[in-house]
Amino acid sequence: MKELVIISGKGGTGKTSITASLAILAGTPTLADCDVDAADLHLVLEPTVQTSETFTSGRAAEIRSADCTQCGLCERICRFDAITDFTVDPIRCEGCGACVEFCPVGAIDFPEQHCGVWSVSITRCGGAMVHARMFPGAENSGKLVSLVRQKARKIAETEHSEFLLVDGPPGIGCPVIASITGADAVLVVSEPTLSGEHDLRRVLELAAHFKIPAMVCVNKWDVNPVMTQRIEDLAKEFGATPVGRIPYDGAVTAAQVQARAFVEESNGGAAQAVRKMWGEICTTNF
Amino acid sequence: MKIAIASGKGGTGKTTISCALALAMPGEVTLLDCDVEEPNAHFFIQPVIERMEKTCSLVPEVDADKCTGCGECGRVCQFSAIISLGKKAMVFNELCHSCGACARICPTGAVSETAKKNGMLTIGRKGRIRFVSGRLDVGQAMSPPVIRETLKYAAKDGLTIVDCPPGTSCPYVTAVKGCDAALLVTEPTPFGLHDLKLAVATIRELDIPFGVAVNRTNGEKNLISEYCETEGIPLLLQIPEDRRVAEAYSRGQVLNKVMPELHDALVSIPENLQQLIEGRPLQEGPVVLI
Repeated sequence: MKELVIISGKGGTGKTSITASLAILAGTPTLADCDVDAADLHLVLEPTVQTSETFTSGRAAEIRSADCTQCGLCERICRFDAITDFTVDPIRCEGCGACVEFCPVGAIDFPEQHCGVWSVSITRCGGAMVHARMFPGAENSGKLVSLVRQKARKIAETEHSEFLLVDGPPGIGCPVIASITGADAVLVVSEPTLSGEHDLRRVLELAAHFKIPAMVCVNKWDVNPVMTQRIEDLAKEFGATPVGRIPYDGAVTAAQVQARAFVEESNGGAAQAVRKMWGEICTTNF
Repeated sequence: MKIAIASGKGGTGKTTISCALALAMPGEVTLLDCDVEEPNAHFFIQPVIERMEKTCSLVPEVDADKCTGCGECGRVCQFSAIISLGKKAMVFNELCHSCGACARICPTGAVSETAKKNGMLTIGRKGRIRFVSGRLDVGQAMSPPVIRETLKYAAKDGLTIVDCPPGTSCPYVTAVKGCDAALLVTEPTPFGLHDLKLAVATIRELDIPFGVAVNRTNGEKNLISEYCETEGIPLLLQIPEDRRVAEAYSRGQVLNKVMPELHDALVSIPENLQQLIEGRPLQEGPVVLI
């Protein structure tokens, strides 16, 4: 089983649309949607949920007003400005437990938090998909990402899947680190813009930091061919392999509106480019 | 007033709108780039940089001579950032949330706190725009501490525009929760609508007044405008689908230059949000352009 994580640094470059198309081209891979903040892969692959479980992680402080002596120590030691007027703001509470530990009269409870739901499903392509949803404002998305990946790897091994494709989150922080550590390779979906170039550099530094082999593709490359060349040069500078240029193509959004992957709906420029790219990816033998 | 420019989905145009808004305002304005994992606003503002500042977070440091290996620090830490195996406590900086509980609990005073660099602030100005951009160091897991440092530069009086990170979890919440109002940016696609709903659910938890901006629209009724109408959410800005915008963005050019016709709509956003904060109905209804 080979695990490929699709990331981007910059958001909105087309990760999920490309992941969905790769899922079609890769036979019946196991899939994991690790963009748990804004998971969208299910909108295209229409998974039928087999099992769902609540994700519990971390705790939050709650002051019992009946027992509180209003000494104010908790408010002074809280580093997150989460306590005012002897009440904890659950959104600001970091779950560190300092107030719970040091309350002189033990008036602060510390219940576990339900942060989201994760599910194992079968997609309409026949493969398994592990996906999750954070509750609004919940914390610990990195831990949920780790859980989703761990479950997906287990399924991929049991099912003898040739590929595990992981749709990753944007950025370079904790959920991204949780998505890529230990993977066989990352595919970075970039775009030919100044922001795209800047963000690609940071995400390639991150991949290098964790010693993960990287491939780079440029989405909507024809919007700025000069910048596309710069992006591919940057990729090579980091030892990453440029694996494809995908043109701007209205069929991509049209397919999304139909809840389809664009390689299923069209044989236009983007679909042809992604087919060719999947061939390239397979020849790198990552 | 502090306005958060936010979205669930990435790449919908937060930075484009943040910069266009800052440039359109007639008076003094502060622009804070809080997308610290991937900050990009500087490309469009091109500020004259006045200084750089390191951002740090506190992490524990263990004095081996004083540590008795009692394990209290490891017991109190909720994040497994300090553990005591055998004699000496060991620290894992990347897991530390800087709560200070370990230093406070240590009975022998062996644990102290020391500042460790996690990012950088770039502070500058471009004309009427005070500009501060936060940048997380590559390899650091936690962006909220850098976001909090960036937010400290919000103007005491006057308008502050906060370019927020995507998503709906800790970084987004950290950036948005200190703001008075928010503009949620989306696009008229199924992904855009799905992620807008998540961003709306979160912002309602935070109890912050908000409106929506739709990017890449053809100006007709679409799934976003229908959703906003059903939910009673004001649609405060619409940016037409136009390849010129994408090409200008790719070169770091600002929206204001490509579409000067958006000027009035941009300038009216803070006024409209102020009305929402005060609970007054918007007089002219949704702003529809094109």
